[in-house]
Order: sequence, then structure tokens, then C-alpha cells
Amino acid sequence: MTDHPIGLSIRGGVKVYPGTRALKGVDFDLRMGAVNVLVGENGAGKSTLMKVIAGVESLTEGRIELQGREVRFRNKADAVREGIGIVFQELNLFPNLTVAENIFIGHEPVRAGLDIDQRSQARATRALMARLEQDIDPDTPLDHLRVGQQQIVEIAKALSQDARILILDEPTSALSAAEVEVLFGVIEELKSQGVGIVYISHRLDELIRVGDYITVLRDGEITGSRPMQGVDIPWIVRAMIGEKSKEFPRTEAPSFGEEIFRADHVTLPRAGGGFAVDRVSLSVRRGEIVGLYGLMGAGRTEFLECVMAQHPASAGRIFVDGHPVIERDVAGRIARGIALIPEDRKRDGLVQIMAIRENLTLSSLGLFTRGFHLNLKAEAARALDFVRRLAIKIASPENPVSSLSGGNQQKVVIGKALMTSPKILLMDEPSRGIDIGAKAEVFTTMRALAGQGLGILFVTSDLDEVLALSDRVLVMANGRITGEFPAGTDPATVIAAATPSFLKEPSA
Amino acid sequence: MTTRQQAAASTPQNLLLLALRLRTFVALILVLAYFSFMAPNFLTGANAVIVTKHVALNALLAIGMTFVIITGGIDLSVGSIVGLCAMVAGWLVLNGVDTGLGYTIWFNTYEIVALTLAVGIGVGFVNGLLITRLNVAPFIATLGTLYIARGAALLSSGGRTFPNLGGSEEFGTTSFPLIGTASVLGLPVMVWLLVVVALAAHYVSRRTPLGRHIYAVGGNERGAALSGVKVNRVKLFVYMFSGFCAALVGIIIASQLQAAHPATGETFELNAIAAAVLGGTSMSGGRGRVLGTIIGAFVIGILSDGLIMMGVSSFWQTVIKGVVIVLAVVIDQAQSRLQARVALAQEASANR
Repeated sequence: MTDHPIGLSIRGGVKVYPGTRALKGVDFDLRMGAVNVLVGENGAGKSTLMKVIAGVESLTEGRIELQGREVRFRNKADAVREGIGIVFQELNLFPNLTVAENIFIGHEPVRAGLDIDQRSQARATRALMARLEQDIDPDTPLDHLRVGQQQIVEIAKALSQDARILILDEPTSALSAAEVEVLFGVIEELKSQGVGIVYISHRLDELIRVGDYITVLRDGEITGSRPMQGVDIPWIVRAMIGEKSKEFPRTEAPSFGEEIFRADHVTLPRAGGGFAVDRVSLSVRRGEIVGLYGLMGAGRTEFLECVMAQHPASAGRIFVDGHPVIERDVAGRIARGIALIPEDRKRDGLVQIMAIRENLTLSSLGLFTRGFHLNLKAEAARALDFVRRLAIKIASPENPVSSLSGGNQQKVVIGKALMTSPKILLMDEPSRGIDIGAKAEVFTTMRALAGQGLGILFVTSDLDEVLALSDRVLVMANGRITGEFPAGTDPATVIAAATPSFLKEPSA
Repeated sequence: MTTRQQAAASTPQNLLLLALRLRTFVALILVLAYFSFMAPNFLTGANAVIVTKHVALNALLAIGMTFVIITGGIDLSVGSIVGLCAMVAGWLVLNGVDTGLGYTIWFNTYEIVALTLAVGIGVGFVNGLLITRLNVAPFIATLGTLYIARGAALLSSGGRTFPNLGGSEEFGTTSFPLIGTASVLGLPVMVWLLVVVALAAHYVSRRTPLGRHIYAVGGNERGAALSGVKVNRVKLFVYMFSGFCAALVGIIIASQLQAAHPATGETFELNAIAAAVLGGTSMSGGRGRVLGTIIGAFVIGILSDGLIMMGVSSFWQTVIKGVVIVLAVVIDQAQSRLQARVALAQEASANR
């Protein structure tokens, strides 16, 4: 393994965002002609590190060396010029354009600086596809391709700009087993061509299979870095999580009441075959916090959306307080005591241009309405009451909600949900995109709510969080519940349950 | 201490923000002052009533349009609905409804008004169904109904005018011409109608859950739906309300002229959109106020009447109108940027 030269290295890399230090003095070596695996929990700093390498973000301190000489990327174009390509987790492609157009978007081969040279574009695309051993016609519209093929196109796009270093951020999260095999084949191929690959994934068995070198990040620091030989899952988990654990202890002794919420065989077919949510049955008791852990694309968000009547194609039954929920619309389900705190605050949780007060009361205007007259005074009083109760820091409830920080916005979303007096609270990644202080406050709030007899079902990809906060942990993978554990379970078992085994179940 | 400093530091900014917020009002005062000075007879009671009558029709349409635009949509069909409803009213006054069984049903004025309004609301309902159930983009759906309604209006008379809608004693329709011509307490009936519709619309937008939902749908449709807002119902309502306003205008015009012409209301939709935008309604949805729209309609109306009184060529009037609208939107953008900045600063200082 000594024949892998170091292509890029970071020395003393520090990245500071307002309020947080995402990287705390990181030393990272990227070896050419090998797969450099990067692993760590959400928020450990993986993405930040990769964005620094790809020129999307720049280091606050420290330096980047490329083949021994110091470089400074002001933007992504600088990094591309140095032969660094990145494939983001979310594909950045144009479904309405063809494969060739997608690959050459922004750097089209032109004649006389104006006319796109279609033929050379198609020829180059064909050459790239041959290099990747893919049989994709350059003129195919992108939306005719499967997700796995789209991923290949994204890789081809990076290669078309002569990428010598290729960063793949969770490339398999949306792929089927067969497509993963194709991708691994492509990676082998690129490796033999001397391309240095950085591979980020949560799927540990996959990492061990594909990686040559492994680097583990935790809280912005590197906690392990070595060649892959002899690395096993327990070693990775130890390096990822460490000995400490973040505590959000219960203030009072757990006392669960009767069952408040039950889902029975909830199923959602996936477009293009298979199931996004596959016969999920679970129940939550009064005062209980149930954590739903899993990887990206495990179907957790889709399950919550099914419960909140977002998918007309879904099947299965839902019970609140023992009564079947028959309402097919959101308003009806809210009235039955279900409340959802969506994953994407900006898109689903809030109306950004409306005032904080108006956002807080949007789901429960009925409380202040007599006939069709809205009692604004009562509304304002109730909104202020919730602002105080949830300790939302605001200057005025009349300011647009977009002026708040992430943590305070999240509290507004929680306030909106609580104002409907729910019996079961569904929270999708409640700590995403908020700083540590606000996180702790949100968790304390969750504890308090459970103490008042609310049932809480929360989805998270953060292992610490799920272990520290839940009274019971459920694990989902490939749309199914794959494990159920009591509080205080060994992290390794939870991770193992969350890792879908491609080799054993090719049908999945 | 810090808060006081903060307040002191941002006072000029707040003043500027206030001025920008009231810009339509400021524009109105400026236009009024200018013409009172330049056109000798402008500031007389009689002229005020005339101008108001001109403005009332556009303002009525613009109120309906405001709701539609707040939800993030657009209603291009209002002008055609005006024409169609004028023809429907004219037909009912002149011909009644032939049942095909050898006798004709005649309606009195109240019934005619009710039926015509129902036609307008019905076209709005079709718009709403196309947009909510069949997922047609509002621009296209209402463009389609624009042509359909106009075509139907032309077909109803073969392109001719229904003349002499004076009504008849026998069927109780002599009151029909009064809608557009009579006055109550010194104000024309149509102005009273505007006052009633405007107050009702203002009330709905500010003090009812429906109004709040209209803003929420325009601000973030997905978010509103996940909060339990019945998005489709809200959209149906706004297009039906817009149809209602257009029908009202159609009736008023037919009554005022005592004749119904199938080309009535052509390009009215554009004036209505202009008034709404001038009044601060954001075309991307979520923002706008009924009172702002009415002021916007007055600015446009006063501008064109005043320019006529000054003897400015109508070609120039068109140019000036366009400039005013573009200017309004540019200022609107500046205002929302400033507003966001002020709110951000406030929140930042609150979290210090």
C-alpha cells in the first residue's frame, strides 16, 4: 500500500462558522489511486472538510497542499481547475436536458465562442461512458435514466473536467444493490487510472469493502486514520463515537401510560418498483420518546409523511388513542391529535414571509375564531404565551419568521405543532441545522413534553442523539423496521441493524 | 441602554421604511396635489364623483385580483367575465329564458343580478377546478377561460349589442338601469358597491382564518398544506371571488349604458393587475393588501383622468401609466429588502 502517493493534504485545517467550530485543526492526507474513506456522524465535519477541498468553502486557518505546493481555492472553479471534482449527495443535474448537455453544462465545447459543438460533445460523452463502462446514449434525456445511472452521469461530469481527485458524498444512499455494484466497478476502474477518490458513507460494511484508507472524524477532529487492513466495524464505531456520550437525562422517573399511537402495516410503494415504506408497524405510549434511527433513504421521513396524509398512495392503518384515524387530509389528522415537525423547516415547516405570530397560530386558528371572525387579541396573547413557554428569543412577534436563527425557527415550528394540543408528536430530524445550545433546549423541551404525557416519535440520523434521548430505539433500513432496542443499547448493534446488507438481499 | 442606542441608530432607517410602506399613499397625494394645481377644475366635488365612478370598476376587479395574486396565482379571465356577464344580464333583461316548452321565464332585477353573479362565480369555479384538480398553471387556465368567456359573449348575440336595457314594468326590471346610474346619499350606487365589497374583502383578509390561509398559501404552499390549510379550497375561493367581482362589474356596465356589448371589458384584467401591483401586491405571492390595491386603482384612475383634463395625448398617458407601474415594483423590491434588514437587525439585537 506504500505505492499510493499523497496527492493532497490539509495541515491544521480550522473552519469556523458563526457560533461553531466545524473543523478543529484537521490533518488529512488524500492518496492517489486509492479510495480514501471518510466516516463520522452527522455534524462531525465530513461535509465541511470536503467542501473545503472542493473549493466551496475556504479554511479559516491552515493550508491545503496539492502535490506539495500550497494552493488557495477562492471558489469551486479554482478547485476544478486543479482537477478536483465533487459529486454531492443531492444530485445537481437537469432532468430536462440530455446526458451530454448535463455533462458539459457550463463548459460546453464551442465553435467561434458561440455555437455548441454538438458532435464533439457527443463524442466526448461517449468516450467518458466507455471509460466508465456504461452503455448510456449521450442524447438520452436525463429523466429517462435510473438514479444509479444519473449518479454515473454526475461522475462523468466531474471526469469531463479532468478530475484527478473525485469526492463522492454518500453516493450509494439512493442506489439499488445492482447499481451499487456498478458504482463499485467504476470506482475500481478509476482507481487503476490513478484517480484519488474520497468516499463518504454511513454504510460501514460498504466502507470496509471499498476503502483503502480510512479517516474518522468526530466533532471536527480526526480520531482515527490508517490503512484499511485490519479495520472492523467495532473499531470504526469506537472512533466515531468515543467513550463519552451526550447526556440529556430524564428529570423524572419514566412512567409510560397506555398506548397513544399505533401504526399498522403502513406501506408506501416507491416509484419504479419496491417500497419506500414496507409494512411498518409501531406503537408509542403516553409519555414515551421513541427514536427512529436509520440512514438516509431508509424510509423514515416517508413513514412520517404517510402518517400525516402526504401520500395518497400509501396504505395501512393508524390509531390514535385506540381509535382508527380515517381522515384523509392534514387538517383532519391534526384535529385527531397528530402533529408533525417536518425535516425541512424552510420548505415545509414555516411560511417565511409571514410574521412569527402568524406562523405560530397557522394550524390552530380555529381556537380564536367565532363563526368566521378571528379574535386577533386572543391570537396575539396565545402566540406570546407560546413564545414565553418555549423561550423563543425574539424582538417582536410581528417580525417575519425568516429573520430568526435556525434554533428559534425550529422552536416556532414546535410551538405551531404544540398549539394544536397534539397527543402524538412526530419530529423529523428535530436538531438539524441548529447550534448546540439550541439543540440542548429542544431536547429539554422534548423531555418536558413527554413528562406531560405526550407521545413523541422522532427521526434522527445521529446515533448519540437517538441513544441519549430515546426511551426505546427503533431502527429502519430499506423501508422496514429492522430492529427494536431498549434505552442504553450498545451503539454497534444499532448501527448493524441500520446497515442494509446488499449482498444478502439482492431483491431490496 | 443597548436597546435605546439601537433604536436611535435605526430611526432614519425606520422612517425610510415607513415612507416606503406608505408609498402608494404618498403617490396618491402627490398625484392629487399635482392635478389640483395644474388642472383648474380638478378639485371639485363633481369631478371627484366622476373620477371615483371611473375608478370604482377597476378597483372592484382589482380587489378580486389581489386575493388571487396573494395566493401566488393570476386571473387573466376577469375582463372576459365582465363581457360575458354584461351579455348574460342583457339577455335576461331583453329575452328572458326560453324554456323550450312554449313559454319564456322572465326575471325581475334581483333575480337577474343573482343569476349573473352566479355565472361569474361559475367561471371562477371552473378556473379554480382547472388549477387545483387538473394542475393547470393559473396563467394558462385563466388564459383559456379568457378566450372561452369572450367567445361565449360574442356567440350570445352574434357579435351584436343588446340595446335598450331600460327594463319593463311588467317583469319588474325597470330598476335595472338604476344600478349604474342612481345615487344614494349623494354617492352613486356603484361607489357604494365598491365600499361594501372593499370593506368585506378587507375584513376577510385581516380578520378571518380564510384570509390568513390565503396569505399562507401564497407564502409557502407546501408549508401551509402541512399545517392543515385546505389549499385547494382556498384557491377555489379566490378564483370564485374574482369571478364574483368581475360579474358585478359586468352588471354595472350593462346597467350604466343600458346596453350590453360583447367586447365589454377587454384588457380590464391588465388594469386590475396594474392596480394590485401598484398597491403593493407581490406577484410572487404572500403579500398584498386590499386597501393598498384600492389606493393603487385611484392612482391609476386619477392619473388618466387628470392627464385628460390637462389635454395630454392619450398615447403619452399610456407611456406614463407604464412608467408608474414599473417604478412601483422597483420601489417595492427596495422596501422588502430594507424591511428584511430591519427585522434581522432587531432579532440580532434581541439575541445579544
